[in-house]
Amino acid sequence: MSNTLDVSLGWPRWRRSWWYHATYYAQTWRGSVASTVLFPIFYLAALGVGVGHLVNAHTGLVQGQTYIHFIAPSLLATTTMQLGESESLWPVLAAIKWIRTYHAAVATPLEPEDILYGKLTWVVTRALATGVVYTIVIGSFGALQSWWSLTLPLIGALITLAFAAPLVAFAATAQSDGSFTTIYRFGFVPMFLFSATFFPVSAYPGYLRPVVQFVPLYHGVALARAAAFGAGSFSAIIFHLAFLVVMAVAGVAWGRHTMRRRLVD
Amino acid sequence: MTSEPILEAHELVKRFGDFEAVKGVSFTILRGETFGFLGPNGAGKTSTMRMISAVSQPSSGTLTILGLDPSAHGPEIRGRLGVVPQEDTLELELSVRQNLEMFGRYFDLSRDILRARASELLEFAQLSDRANDKVDDLSGGMKRRLTIARALINQPELLILDEPTTGLDPQARHLLWERLYRLKRDGVTQIITTHYMDEAEQLCDRLVVMDHGTIVAEGPPRELIAQHSTREVVELRFDTDSPGEIHSRLTPFAQRVEVLPDRVLLYVDAGDDTLREIHEVGIVPASALVRRSSLEDVFLHLTGRTLVD
Repeated sequence: MSNTLDVSLGWPRWRRSWWYHATYYAQTWRGSVASTVLFPIFYLAALGVGVGHLVNAHTGLVQGQTYIHFIAPSLLATTTMQLGESESLWPVLAAIKWIRTYHAAVATPLEPEDILYGKLTWVVTRALATGVVYTIVIGSFGALQSWWSLTLPLIGALITLAFAAPLVAFAATAQSDGSFTTIYRFGFVPMFLFSATFFPVSAYPGYLRPVVQFVPLYHGVALARAAAFGAGSFSAIIFHLAFLVVMAVAGVAWGRHTMRRRLVD
Repeated sequence: MTSEPILEAHELVKRFGDFEAVKGVSFTILRGETFGFLGPNGAGKTSTMRMISAVSQPSSGTLTILGLDPSAHGPEIRGRLGVVPQEDTLELELSVRQNLEMFGRYFDLSRDILRARASELLEFAQLSDRANDKVDDLSGGMKRRLTIARALINQPELLILDEPTTGLDPQARHLLWERLYRLKRDGVTQIITTHYMDEAEQLCDRLVVMDHGTIVAEGPPRELIAQHSTREVVELRFDTDSPGEIHSRLTPFAQRVEVLPDRVLLYVDAGDDTLREIHEVGIVPASALVRRSSLEDVFLHLTGRTLVD
């Protein structure tokens, strides 16, 4: 059409949704950057140095590590999990139900899947950036002991995606945010505390140890530790990776379904 | 105006589970015209709008938009449409200009083009001096104009407006109508839903009235009035509690008599004559008003006065 601007339909379309998120973030990033840098420093100073002083005095090394080194990689895992959840529940329901910006987006060339992929790739982008900052902070506390540490940002991105994908899918089915609070209270808070985050699995009673294998964050914490220390059995690492990859893939498949049903049916 | 169809719908049906929201509607919209959808809440307007915006797929029937089948060419069609939803769906935290430029990303428009388009559209929407203000601080009318401007970012051939002026004050409505006229002059085809009959009469070349998922009338506003109502309406009020008795006494004087809780409507061709005749037989209303028939009379006649919640 002569009066129409050149509206190209190049593949992949989801990158337009990624751009939208990136542009939005570029306007509103100021608060989150300060916390991304300061939070890990506060956290390691308080728990690693403070609590670590007591642990080291009473127990000595934890799995061959000082306490601050032991908890430093789990910090990356818990933070990338939190990034995955905080970006995926309320913001998605808001864009579907309250501000309805996703409805505006499906009236453009974007399909629901494009919105999903754009959202997830954007959250993964942020996870990578956060992972780099955290890796540097963790390194500056002396907790990195292997070249495998360079994969920490990638591990962080995988953890974020493993949580973000199913949570976006779930948020697209929600009618209100009531269930989100329940997920936080009975899902994320216990997971944050009991995923071998602050103490090794060997500290659990024997009957609970197998249960930990089904806690998603545990696999992220274990992977981060394996990378930081360059330790861990090959089969265990494959299992941890597979667990998170399955969550991410299943989450994306579920999200394709729920986003489409919610936005265009 | 050319008479080339821009959108053709044949026997469109939309089902949600067992519920049939749209029960087989057919219509053709021509390039350059402004086409209206009227109907009470729950009539199936919004479901129809979503189908003709190439957002949701019809359960059955055939639909051609811009010569294309939306089930196969959805993204391509939507790239040439503009949609103004019922709610504004703007990014409240961002500025007026940012809202326009970011939305343009969805159409893959380059930064330079977007910057130029945004300036033009801010002018069009009379928001140039608010370009850098946060959307949250705008009035309802300004947000509405921004939403319309946003829908024009890709220079659409077909603009679909779902209740464009609901909730606006008269000044804001008139400004919006004037902008929509301007778009019409520029050749943009428009599809409008509205609950305001004066708006439909003002803006629409042709319209359909929907009720319970079907189209109950179709045509230009004046023709619909001629077809479904009389030329004039006499509104009478009586100081009595037995309107039924009055109804039977008035029947001979009008083509149709409608008794409402607070007044009686006589549908006639010459209201003043009717009023005189009524006086001559000794019927004396507390007050009387003669007015021209409007689209609202047609609408209420076709869709009933029962409140739909």
